[in-house]
Amino acid sequence: MNVIAEISRWAIPLILLLVPVVAYFRKVPVYESFVAGAEEGFKTGVRILPFLIGMLVSIRVFVDSGALNIVSYWLQPIFSFFGFEENFAAIIPLAIMRPLSGSGALGVATQLINEYGPDSFIGRLASTLQGSTDTTFFVLTVYFGSVGIRKYRYALKIGLLADIIGLIVSIWIVTKVFY
Amino acid sequence: MVNLIWLLMLAIGIIVSALNGHIEIVTTSAMKAAELGVQVAIELIGVMSLWLGIMRLAEEAGLVRGIARIFGPAIRRLFPTLRQDSPALGAIIMNLSANILGLGNAATPFGLKAMQELQKENSTPDEASPAMITFLALNTSCITLIPATIIGVRLNANSANPTEIIGTTIVATGSAMFVAIFVDYFIRRRRKT
Repeated sequence: MNVIAEISRWAIPLILLLVPVVAYFRKVPVYESFVAGAEEGFKTGVRILPFLIGMLVSIRVFVDSGALNIVSYWLQPIFSFFGFEENFAAIIPLAIMRPLSGSGALGVATQLINEYGPDSFIGRLASTLQGSTDTTFFVLTVYFGSVGIRKYRYALKIGLLADIIGLIVSIWIVTKVFY
Repeated sequence: MVNLIWLLMLAIGIIVSALNGHIEIVTTSAMKAAELGVQVAIELIGVMSLWLGIMRLAEEAGLVRGIARIFGPAIRRLFPTLRQDSPALGAIIMNLSANILGLGNAATPFGLKAMQELQKENSTPDEASPAMITFLALNTSCITLIPATIIGVRLNANSANPTEIIGTTIVATGSAMFVAIFVDYFIRRRRKT
């Protein structure tokens, strides 16, 4: 695993070195081209702003009001129905949060890890869940919003399906590997 | 579906606050969230400008085309509707590589770039093209080899073995990715016939 950690540590500095050097030797006006490309960053940022704000407001009101905890409480019987222990219920807020907001999910995961301990079942499950799959809603609204797509068609269904599979497999693999 | 989920989260949140007798929470958290949105976008502008600048250099030096030629054949199988030499392929590959290496900040600019390229080949500009949906399915379920942030959290919480969850994470996210690609493939095939 150390090898991968090293690759991910060196990846950005190497790209920042190699790309401009190669471009220079291929007679690209490096600084001017860089600036021309960077200009697009501002435009894209401004274009995705409304989508970010819209999503964040709705998510924050939902979480801060305590509605997330209430919905999680309602979902508990479903978990018990599938034969999971009551202990599992602690993971429900994270499972709901994961597709909605990356920073929100990280907050919930951090809280769970500190409350139950990083090496407890809930701690390991929260870590696995947080590490797997991306925030479907953020990616969909921002990516589609940035190019003006309004009809997502079946994209959301696939994204959420992947999240559910991620949840089920996380529970299964953590149980299998550690217990 | 997005409209409904958005409305439900907002409305349920407001109703719950009202029932709890803490309606003022709605006001503060809505305002704070709006501010946070600007903050996130501003931060993104900086990172995005940096990566789009580098991306432009890579394009003009012919590096993106080179990468697309090496990894393209495997990726292109998932995107049969794209043109042979589509510039989207390079951006898609860069985005997925950044995701796999856990470089989340670098992944977003490449992803948005890929969407712009895909949009150029989209015949229905306000509707998602099949290639876009495949790309987002890959993107949202992509394997991360180093979940660096959560390892940091575990380290802070005095875990005996902070990195022990890497294996389970790869299995979980790998399964999610596999199912996403599989389902996407079948939906595309069914719609075509």
